[in-house]
Amino acid sequence: MSIIESILRDHPFFAELEHDDIELIAEHSTNVRFEPDTYIFRQGEPANQFYLITYGKVAIEAFSPERGPLTVLTVAEGEVLGWSWLFEPYIWHFDARTVDMTRAIAINGEKLRAQCEQNHELGYQLMRRGVHVVEQRLQAAMIQLLDLYSVQGAV
Amino acid sequence: MSTAVVDPMRSVVYEVQRIRKETSDTFTLELHSTNGSNDFPFAAGQFNMLYVFGVGEIPISISGDPSKHRSLIHTTRAVGLVTGAMRQLKRGDSIGVRGPFGSHWPVEHATGYDVVIVAGGLGLAPVRPALYHILHHREKYGNVVLLYGSRTPNDILFRREVEKWRARLDVDVHVTVDRAIHPWRGNVGVVTRMIPKAPFDPLNTVAFICGPEIMMRFTVLELQKRGVTTDKIFISMERNMKCAVGFCGHCQWGPNFVCKDGPVFDYASVKHFFEKREI
Repeated sequence: MSIIESILRDHPFFAELEHDDIELIAEHSTNVRFEPDTYIFRQGEPANQFYLITYGKVAIEAFSPERGPLTVLTVAEGEVLGWSWLFEPYIWHFDARTVDMTRAIAINGEKLRAQCEQNHELGYQLMRRGVHVVEQRLQAAMIQLLDLYSVQGAV
Repeated sequence: MSTAVVDPMRSVVYEVQRIRKETSDTFTLELHSTNGSNDFPFAAGQFNMLYVFGVGEIPISISGDPSKHRSLIHTTRAVGLVTGAMRQLKRGDSIGVRGPFGSHWPVEHATGYDVVIVAGGLGLAPVRPALYHILHHREKYGNVVLLYGSRTPNDILFRREVEKWRARLDVDVHVTVDRAIHPWRGNVGVVTRMIPKAPFDPLNTVAFICGPEIMMRFTVLELQKRGVTTDKIFISMERNMKCAVGFCGHCQWGPNFVCKDGPVFDYASVKHFFEKREI
């Protein structure tokens, strides 16, 4: 078993996935490293990869012409970066900038998508996991929107 | 458990020793007794009724160190008439104090356990005394974790102290903010996102939560997902407390009076009411 395969197997995102599926995903995965303040991807670019962060922190940003880059979320070790590879039009909607030196497993989403078209069980499993990440992020974003710590929402 | 109050409806005059600005709208009041007693025992999590003469009286949690009785410390936000007037007080001004009132964080019952403190916004003030106690008796506890969520980096309460705690080798401190611009290099996101990775053993953990009710609700859910049982989860409630001794009923919450039976409740016993939106 390769090191990447073993990292994938231990990651919650791929928990309980079949051995063969993990092996296949590992074939489309590479170990990557980014210096601090590096853009991993930018809004509008094709979303053909996603990342399992193994070390460091990445800021998901939206750029405002008036206020500059605004961080809406940080993604850190053990978390998944990017879901736009799963959904059309496969374009990144935000920028991803490393806050610290960051290491990750980059997974080729384009190739995985093609595999999923042929293997619907794998497609279902990946979609299920992807939607779970989206659900968690959406829930967190909704709480953020409530602005609970403002004067109106003050304790 | 409550600390005895001699005449609970009678304010004692204290003198403002210091007012420290914490953030743009929060401040800390340090009060000294005017009768020279300088002894005000309280338990972590309790509150006082502070009376700004001629303006009004409001409940404010004690945010100081329970092992130091010489001065009374309260931290609050200037949002209304009374807290607005309170912020204008100067050193040497008088203020009325009744208390301490209410239940407290069960720091004694948490000995031997990992302790997770989850605070949001101004909610860090009422749990700070519990953290002081735990740090004074650090050897009695397992892992100690503070998860703190703030609105922006500029709204982080007790920032210097949080940084000091973070520098210690025996406490895990994680701070997140809801929104940020450069040069913030910390976490951005809601405080509940830090729970899945926080270093504690769910089967041997006691959790103290203080913050807006929605934040506490989601925090409880995340702690339960990790396996922390409801009888080990404690929350601090806030209601419109007036008399502070359970006479007036302003703060009635189901069968409880938040002033007398709370503000600290074990989640298992109030779960039913916590989930009811009419109460």
